[in-house]
Amino acid sequence: MNLKKIHTPLDKETILHLKAGEHVLFSGDVYTLRDAAHKRLVELYNRHHLVGGKEGEKILDISGQIVYYTGLTPLLSNGCPGSAGPTTSIRMDKYTPQLLDAGMAAMIGKGPRGLDVTRSIRDHQSVYFVTVGGAGAFFAQKIKKAEIVAFEDLGCEAVFRLSVEDFPLWVGVDSRGKTMWDTI
Amino acid sequence: MDILSILVENVELAEQTSVPICQDTGIVVVFLDIGQDVMVIDGGIEEAINNGVRRAYHDAYLRKSVVADPITRKNTGDNTPVMIHTRIVKGSSLKLIVMPKGSGGENMSSLWMFKPSDGINEIVSTIVMHVKQVGAFSCPPLIIGVGIGGSFEVAPLLAKRALLRQIGKTHPEPHIAEIEHKLLEKINKLRIGPAGLGGSPTALSVNIETCATHIASLPVAVNLCCYANRHCEGTI
Repeated sequence: MNLKKIHTPLDKETILHLKAGEHVLFSGDVYTLRDAAHKRLVELYNRHHLVGGKEGEKILDISGQIVYYTGLTPLLSNGCPGSAGPTTSIRMDKYTPQLLDAGMAAMIGKGPRGLDVTRSIRDHQSVYFVTVGGAGAFFAQKIKKAEIVAFEDLGCEAVFRLSVEDFPLWVGVDSRGKTMWDTI
Repeated sequence: MDILSILVENVELAEQTSVPICQDTGIVVVFLDIGQDVMVIDGGIEEAINNGVRRAYHDAYLRKSVVADPITRKNTGDNTPVMIHTRIVKGSSLKLIVMPKGSGGENMSSLWMFKPSDGINEIVSTIVMHVKQVGAFSCPPLIIGVGIGGSFEVAPLLAKRALLRQIGKTHPEPHIAEIEHKLLEKINKLRIGPAGLGGSPTALSVNIETCATHIASLPVAVNLCCYANRHCEGTI
């Protein structure tokens, strides 16, 4: 099967062409972000009254970036984690609209999203990709580089920039707010 | 790309390269059966279990996924403390069942206090409805542990112990095995499918454990587990 290949930077045109349920292979840079890092990032944004302002950029500028909901196992001697699959996305729903306001381009995780997030994805013409939970070794093997970029004290919840190659993803929520769960 | 083939490749890769099958290497649950003739000397047994987990999670590059306080949420950095459930049993041996339990299924688990008059149909439809709502979040295909009976705190422990049963084995009591079969059939008709992306199977097994209960009570707990139902046991 010849799958559509997409890569970063994900431009608007590419995002607008993606349809709920569509299966793609993704390559490029993503930022790991899960529960504790979401909480801290949003608190920092709130404290500095910013949506990607100067202080925010120093901490972590999410604008135009793709977020991968995962908490890695420790990096091995090759500099990459041994296991790195997606975590349940709905736990991040509380923070997601604000990060979309701050310009987050897309998200990768597992499982459906709430209605508020689906609407926010539509309003920002963003996209949410879903992939296979419980396949951590499979995804780790597709990570070519891992680099810590923020919140090191959070341990496995720190923010890493990962360079990934050919992640198999499905469009969970597309830029029109359609979800793949409407059809399955 | 076929989802089940990704899961198969994942298991093969994990085995070949000695990396975790899933990045959520869990909080460690230990079922500890201590023979009443056993004497533990030179240190505490819970301390020894925690030391073992600390060493394993460091040496094997497993993820440290435990926070010390549920409200302030600072990571303990070594995946301790272990959740230990101890029973005193007859004999002179010490048995440990170790289960690193990820939170995908754990977060979607539940407990209901039914009335005795509710009966089995009400229980079955409640569990099926529950799996319908949360199954996609729990990394299906699922293994579903169900605990029926006991008191408020016992049913969830029964549900967790039910996950230890070998896939394919049914409950020895025919009327319980029948409920297991009924639940599995109805849950697979939901077609949540592998990774929650539709199709079949949604669940690989439904395992029920039961216990005596109060005349007024009918507690039912469900503990969900992903296909990576990791556990092992050892006896000293």
